Amino acid sequence: MKRAVLKLQGVSKSFGALRVAEAIGLEVLAGETHAIIGPNGAGKTSLINQISGTLAPDAGRIVFEGRDVTQMSIAARAQLGFARSFQITQILPHFSALENVSLAVQARSGSSFRFWQAAASEAALNRAAVHWLDSVELAARADTLAGALSHGEKRRLELAIALAQAPKLLLLDEPMAGAGSEETRRLVATLKSLKGRYTMLLVEHDMQAVFALADRISVLVAGRIIASGEPPAVRANPAVRAAYLGEAT
Amino acid sequence: MPGARRGNPVAAPSGPRALSFDQRLAAGLFVLLALLPLLSRGIASSYLLLVGERLVIFAIAALSLELLIGAGGLVSFGHAAFLGIGAYAAGIVASHGHGSLAIALPAALAASAAFALMTGAIAVRTRGVYFIMITLAFAQMAFFIATSLAPYGGDDGLTWPTRTQVLGRPILKDQLTFFYVCLTLLIATYLGVGRLIASRFGRVLRGLKDNETRMQAIGFRPYFYRLTAYVIAGTLCGLAGFLLGNQAEFVSPAYMHWQRSGELIIMVLLGGTGTLYGPMLGALALLLLEEALSRLTEHWKVMLGPALVLIALFASGGIAGAIAAWRRRRRTPARLAHTLPRVARHLFGVGLKASRCWRREGRRLLLRPAHRLRRGAQAARAACEPAKTALGRALEALPPLAERAVKTTVVRWWRR
Repeated sequence: MKRAVLKLQGVSKSFGALRVAEAIGLEVLAGETHAIIGPNGAGKTSLINQISGTLAPDAGRIVFEGRDVTQMSIAARAQLGFARSFQITQILPHFSALENVSLAVQARSGSSFRFWQAAASEAALNRAAVHWLDSVELAARADTLAGALSHGEKRRLELAIALAQAPKLLLLDEPMAGAGSEETRRLVATLKSLKGRYTMLLVEHDMQAVFALADRISVLVAGRIIASGEPPAVRANPAVRAAYLGEAT
Repeated sequence: MPGARRGNPVAAPSGPRALSFDQRLAAGLFVLLALLPLLSRGIASSYLLLVGERLVIFAIAALSLELLIGAGGLVSFGHAAFLGIGAYAAGIVASHGHGSLAIALPAALAASAAFALMTGAIAVRTRGVYFIMITLAFAQMAFFIATSLAPYGGDDGLTWPTRTQVLGRPILKDQLTFFYVCLTLLIATYLGVGRLIASRFGRVLRGLKDNETRMQAIGFRPYFYRLTAYVIAGTLCGLAGFLLGNQAEFVSPAYMHWQRSGELIIMVLLGGTGTLYGPMLGALALLLLEEALSRLTEHWKVMLGPALVLIALFASGGIAGAIAAWRRRRRTPARLAHTLPRVARHLFGVGLKASRCWRREGRRLLLRPAHRLRRGAQAARAACEPAKTALGRALEALPPLAERAVKTTVVRWWRR
């Protein structure tokens, strides 16, 4: 059996009376694409935020490659190999697309407490950045200000930034959100090309995309995981049908 | 757009590079400043040189603040504290007989750095308005500590026994030498801050300003980068304080007053943040404006305030923003040809009116307070009308205006 990259044990979180996570146990195996689905308000984004470090869980442990990272800062987790995309794209709007990615490369290569050499002319950083931009078909837009990119391009740029971090775990929070059908098709193709090479945890609403991409699916309803398994099994699960798919299909 | 305006980061050609527009502008500014002593020799007056020294020293302080505001997005409302700390540290060691460069300068820099490290460690944990308030609070603390330093003059300030000695000799006593030392340090600061902002460290700092969430997600801890920037900026401003103390051979708590901090912010914003020449021009503009207005009337603050409000309203990018806007439109020389004479005429009008008013009323203004007030208000009103139109025109064509302003200033000094 494959080893688990990420393990959640009894992770709980509530906002006042609203319980967004109730003793969640979850394992993401090395190299798999694990999708989390669930109706609106089920606590999917809260879960991703707890994994990436934006939110601190009230109880439970988050273990990454055998290390307890529950108390670690976002930046420290990123240094360990977490990379994420956000439901609302988070890029550096006043930097060029290339510099956006180049900064991510910089974060993983050597100290950033260097005060003299111009960062924008570091060939090694820029070469790597161009490579990652190319992998999401954005190389042609390298010199464009990130803020001036189209919505779909920003999505792909965010993906390039995440890939440039040389991640051991990719956390993708609704990468398809707000993208048009053409953009969605393109993003799914890009993610498919990454499948197997990266360990991915994917939160997504687009069911077609989820079933096209995921190796395993966990279904989150009202802060609990009600089912977890391979897509056909999850699709056939009566509880899931009742709680979620029933509404969708 | 701070990230964007700092030149094109992508096209980074190797080998010798042509200077960008910004750099040429800064270089032109340095050349102008370097030529200043020639002028002052011409009219056999050291006054111009004194003003020049102040311009240069405050340009250094403004550059250090630009590092925080422009690159880091950290609006420090307590930056003048470092001016005072630099000057006090050097003054205090000098008053104990250690007025040599080898001791006084390191003392000034170390004291500023230490204060920046201690206060920054707390301040950079906050953002926005809280950062403004906490830096203000620390600066006020420094201010009140200075006023209570009884052995070193307290409220009255501390008179330095001498200017800093270089190798045991009073080299800096010579005004010309001192001016060029200041100018050299300004150029060094300009180049240094420029490199810093473009470096890996500077890029992280700018990135944090642009989107902190993203920067954290790729693994940067904001705290240490911001704290480092705060210490560097504080130390640089301490250098400016050291020079300021040397110039006056005196330091008082007023150096650290919050109004001074406000002036530094105004310099940066008036000049235009996001560029390096902007804050330097801002320092020049504010000090020259003060100088010129205080010649017209002692109620010059009444005129400075509205002028700043107008600039904030009509040129939110400051002087640098206006220059950038003008560059975008410069392909219409017809417009410029149309504007230039008008700007000149209006400026001339303001100058003429003001000088006439002063000549006519100057003596009486000094003697009779009530009369003084009324006349002052009248003068302000009289100057305001053409000034308003002139400002409008000026914003359309600032560079020619700057040229003109330099000329008028020179002419006025000539006539003195």
